[in-house]
Amino acid sequence: MPRTIIPFGPQHPVLPEPIHLELAIEDERVVDVIPTIGFVHRGLEKLVERKDYQEFVYVAERICGICSFIHGQTYCQAIETIMKIEVPPRARYLRTIWGELSRIHSHLLWLGLLADSFGFESLFMHSWRIREKVLDIIEATTGGRVIFGSCKIGGVRRDIDPVAFQAMLAQLGLIEKDMREIVTVFLNDSTVKERLVGVGILSKGEAHALGCVGPTLRASGVSQDMRQLGYAAFDEISVEPITRPEGDCHARCSVRCAELFQSVDIIRRAVAKIPDGLIATKVTGNPSGEYLARTEQPRGEVAYYLKANGTKNLQRFRVRTPTFANLPALVKMLPGSFLADVPVIVLTIDPCISCTER
Amino acid sequence: MSYFGMTKLTLKSALRRPVTRGYPLGPRRVIPDSRGLLVFTKDNCIYCSVCRKKCPTGAIGVNRNLKKWAIDRLRCISCGYCVESCPKQCLSLSTDMAAPTVTKDRDTY
Repeated sequence: MPRTIIPFGPQHPVLPEPIHLELAIEDERVVDVIPTIGFVHRGLEKLVERKDYQEFVYVAERICGICSFIHGQTYCQAIETIMKIEVPPRARYLRTIWGELSRIHSHLLWLGLLADSFGFESLFMHSWRIREKVLDIIEATTGGRVIFGSCKIGGVRRDIDPVAFQAMLAQLGLIEKDMREIVTVFLNDSTVKERLVGVGILSKGEAHALGCVGPTLRASGVSQDMRQLGYAAFDEISVEPITRPEGDCHARCSVRCAELFQSVDIIRRAVAKIPDGLIATKVTGNPSGEYLARTEQPRGEVAYYLKANGTKNLQRFRVRTPTFANLPALVKMLPGSFLADVPVIVLTIDPCISCTER
Repeated sequence: MSYFGMTKLTLKSALRRPVTRGYPLGPRRVIPDSRGLLVFTKDNCIYCSVCRKKCPTGAIGVNRNLKKWAIDRLRCISCGYCVESCPKQCLSLSTDMAAPTVTKDRDTY
């Protein structure tokens, strides 16, 4: 059988960001994949040498445009651990609430992109219609739609008053109802199932061996969620990882759909339990030491390595983003699939390339 | 197996008003406390340069001798770090957006 090399990306209708895959094709089937990244490298890790450690929260938030808040939060957590800063309980709860709002908006965005990848335009529009309501809540509580800018070292910048909490919960009730409508379509509609069921299968063993993270790992049956480490307020709000045994594209979609409702539930529990008090502590001095912080982003576990030497600039800063961890799995999933299924499989790892390349 | 899962949602959407705004005929829905244009109030300013030093993008310029305060609107990311750090509360964030521009001039006050 003759082999053909088909380039997929860096510019492709289903890809919001550039990644290049060289697909070796025999007839209509993919037999080999060579990925290339490096089209949007911005050198943000090097920037720690020029920005002081407090200012760098703004840079950390801009590593990714979708999971921006959790990037900022992870950076702050790492610095707080190095400097032994006690974050007030109210700030930890607010971080949890904003983190989960960002997860809902990221998953809805992903559901829309997935629907778009298999040509279900109306479902794509409905997903983004609901996401817009989540963005409104985020804007009303933090001041920004995508870049929250509300996390700082030692706590958070803004508080949410009880009236705003009630408005948020009322709006979340409506959003949950809307989400149920689209999730039913994603999980049960035959058109969707025909494109997703049995496509891009990743076994439990492979997922574990390749070091997958997040929904990609949980959809292969591995129960792992960094929120169980108990960062922010997760030591008081328990989280049970949502897993599916199938390991195909439909399972990855199903995990994310279930996580939408899990996040709504977490927000409700956090609002019910949130204590009164300060939202930030004063930070003085410079950090000295090193730490590896891990949190659960919408796409999976992110790891921040920070090394400080007692000056206002950090010595070393390294980010391992979830998409980077999931790329080897993508290379494993693609061989054997049809060329027409490649866009769907690529999207099910929720690729965030600007994160990956920083 | 369902082939008509989307029908209910589609019919509902067909019967209700569009969720999008008829821009530019419809007014912009302003969310209070949204971070927008940085507003400078000259009266209390002591030209201490704290805002200039704190600005993560280097958008602000301060000249103490000439008593001038300037901002590059294209570089400002409306993060509010200067608003927090200003000792005289001269700075605030409004919900407006910066006006469209074709030049890279700085606004000087």
